[in-house]
Amino acid sequence: MNPIQKITRRGFIRSVGLASGGLIIACNVPSSTEKSPMKRAFNGKTFEPNLFIQLKDNGDLILIASRSEMGQGIRTALTSVIADEMDADWNLVSVEQAIGHPKYGNQNTDGSRSVRTLYETMRKMGATARAMLITAAANKWNVDQSTLITENHYVIDTTNNKKLFYGDLLHEAAEIAIPENPILKDRKDFKYIGKGLKSIDGAGFASGKPKYGMDIKIPEMKYVAITRCPVTFGTVKSFDKTKTMAINGVVDVIEIPRIAKPFGVLGGVVVIANNTWAAFKGKEALEIVWDNGNNKGYNSDAYAKMITDNVHKKGKEIRNDGNVHKAFKNAAHIVESTYNLPHLVHAPMEVPNATAIIKDGKCEVWAPTQDPQTARKEIADYLEIDEENVIVNITFLGGGFGRKSKPDFMVEAVAVAKAINAPVQVIWTREDDIQHSYYHAVSAQYMKASLDDNGNVTGWLHRVAYPSITSTFAPDTGYAAGFEFGMGLTNIPYQIDNVRCENGKALAHVRIGWFRSVINIIQSFSVNIFVDELAAKAGKDSLQFRLDLIGKDHIVESDSGYHFDNAKLKNVLKTAAKNADYGKKLPEGHGMGIAIHYSFLTYVASIVEVSVIDGKLKIHKISSVIDCGTAVNTDTIKSQMEGAAIFGMSLAYYGKITAKEGAIEQSNYHDYQMLRIHQTPDINVEIISSHEKPTGVGEPGVPPIAPAIINAIYNATGKRYYSLPLSDHGLV
Amino acid sequence: MITLTINSKKHQIDVDSNMPLLWAIRDFAELTGTKYGCGTGVCGSCTVLIDGDPIRSCLTPVSEVEGKSILTIEGVENENKVLQEVWEELNVPQCGYCQSGQIISALALLNKNTNPTDKDIDAAMSGNICRCGTYKRIRSAIHKTAELNNAKTEIE
Repeated sequence: MNPIQKITRRGFIRSVGLASGGLIIACNVPSSTEKSPMKRAFNGKTFEPNLFIQLKDNGDLILIASRSEMGQGIRTALTSVIADEMDADWNLVSVEQAIGHPKYGNQNTDGSRSVRTLYETMRKMGATARAMLITAAANKWNVDQSTLITENHYVIDTTNNKKLFYGDLLHEAAEIAIPENPILKDRKDFKYIGKGLKSIDGAGFASGKPKYGMDIKIPEMKYVAITRCPVTFGTVKSFDKTKTMAINGVVDVIEIPRIAKPFGVLGGVVVIANNTWAAFKGKEALEIVWDNGNNKGYNSDAYAKMITDNVHKKGKEIRNDGNVHKAFKNAAHIVESTYNLPHLVHAPMEVPNATAIIKDGKCEVWAPTQDPQTARKEIADYLEIDEENVIVNITFLGGGFGRKSKPDFMVEAVAVAKAINAPVQVIWTREDDIQHSYYHAVSAQYMKASLDDNGNVTGWLHRVAYPSITSTFAPDTGYAAGFEFGMGLTNIPYQIDNVRCENGKALAHVRIGWFRSVINIIQSFSVNIFVDELAAKAGKDSLQFRLDLIGKDHIVESDSGYHFDNAKLKNVLKTAAKNADYGKKLPEGHGMGIAIHYSFLTYVASIVEVSVIDGKLKIHKISSVIDCGTAVNTDTIKSQMEGAAIFGMSLAYYGKITAKEGAIEQSNYHDYQMLRIHQTPDINVEIISSHEKPTGVGEPGVPPIAPAIINAIYNATGKRYYSLPLSDHGLV
Repeated sequence: MITLTINSKKHQIDVDSNMPLLWAIRDFAELTGTKYGCGTGVCGSCTVLIDGDPIRSCLTPVSEVEGKSILTIEGVENENKVLQEVWEELNVPQCGYCQSGQIISALALLNKNTNPTDKDIDAAMSGNICRCGTYKRIRSAIHKTAELNNAKTEIE
């Protein structure tokens, strides 16, 4: 019997991961008109053992990347795992970007979880193909497959050293049933995993060839810029387009209404033009009268005062262990501090943009999106068509950092394409990007702790107030959500008997969203500085105090399958101390600062050495250590940690978005500054080698940076800062 | 009609004389390696060489560069292929978006200074923002390119 017949139409590989809602990868699920899954996967020239692999008869191997590439090296990481298990020759590999479709499982490239949730699945994809190629060779040679091995794109018979090239096995392989449980490699045999393979897109990036969203051009496409109300959710009262229409290249000006959905359209006045510059010029020439709406009273100074007041009084209980009040009453020392951080914006180098065409009841979109499936659903909902009639093409992303998880700009392009019945490319100006984002939350925090006579921490109270990300999705209650508290508030790694966490009220007046490492930035800031303050009060060294506070080795079990192991946290801290030569004698005006943080299931410690001379801060060295389980691509992890250090420095130095009468005051890189090369310190990254499951990489490096800088400044100068950015303190 | 000489090739382009070069390059010459980042000359993503000097194409009207030699990222392989190879070798780019501007600025530096110090690199490269934070590797790549190019010159 032909093995193909044994495979039912539902005979796909099923793999359940741990992503939100689980992950199902279905392979070779044929359409209803096709009877045999294998025939569909083989056309005589290309063999597709599953959705992620296409092997050509010349040996070329095309591997599919289902997650979006935004600089985190995911196209290389995921495909190298397939190639490794397949024993493929990396020189024959090229990577193709998947479209947005549920058949690829969850594609939301967010939360530092692509490798974490797809590692085992990708291994299985590669191992499946390898197993089929071995069986194919056994059939072709008519030998038992137990003596066959694979190496670098060949099946080799170990009894006689005969070789068969993968590309010459397509016909036979296509006849093989998909093995249910292919054998995975022993990790000592890994050829690409853990070896620091360089990016498969590196040569492209150095030549300007990769296509980002804005680089897409489709026939008859109009270039579109939109002016949105300066105040969030304000609307157009009236507009005068006369001056805009006089600009050469402007075709029309229309209005699009707000679509009141989380990823809907803000609405505004739309300039349709024959080139980008005409669209931008046309936008500047518009005269619009706005109804500023409900958020026009949003002023950052008053708001910061209000949320600070809210953390200075009792809030909603989030965690309560023991009795902090009793601990405070019996304390030898009490330490209290209040921390304030402003809104931040992602400002990826590539602004939001999307290209869309609607034709014959179908819609096709090209965009730099982190979440193509949500985009597809939102677009289908908006057009009231079936999702199968929406194609979402994922371009390269010129940075994402969470901004491009929200497909609002894609829905905008579709709305305009529909309104003018022509293909369009909507391009945000940098000013649009800074002023109409989904912002990282502004925050106030209050902390109070008690110490006994020996300097041991006996009580810990932490109150936070920040507008919640949930405000974007559900009616705003003014209170944050469990997932936000779990980013460094309720899950502090310290063993303290009496702990209380409270949440103060903070209503949102702008759209709030994810930003690289999210609320971890806020809660890591306060906790790491506060622990330093406690160490100072106790008269103890900050490193030893932290190690003592983390306490004896213990493991916190979790349903997720990933346990928190405090020994790993102590280990990254000790390693960072060693790398930074912590404790060495420093020149006058220099200081070192420590911070640790556990986020996205990954352990990170950073030690920063600074100097403050004549009131000006200089960062000399950052030593970061990361334990992210199995290190799939060591060079990418290093590069992500280097980037995280710069990202953390940028927000510490300059990050500040403020609103005045509801409108964002900053507009471009001159007043929302980024760190530059001359400010870049020596950055040392060490990866703790581990055989545990891989955990997050893209985000966990960010949260320790800013508090480590603050602690270093204290050690250099004796002055403690409680807010950011440092530019407000005249330090940079 | 304006004639632009981009990477030694002539492009006849029908645009307003005050259109910034960036948009003429991208929308009309259809060379998309040069990027829009800020539109105000502060981020460096749009950097191109005009007669060998790095300029911000988002602020430079096409009328100012007519008759001059414009070099974009697409033309770098004929100027300093080693630079691009080193960029790849050291895995400098993350998202890659700003890297065209970074490489053009680095090329301009290396054309004038075959052995730049860290200070020289700071001065030449501080106009180029990288939000991913690849600065450490950019610095290494410039040093390494200089080394390789100098070694090559010695052999020749």
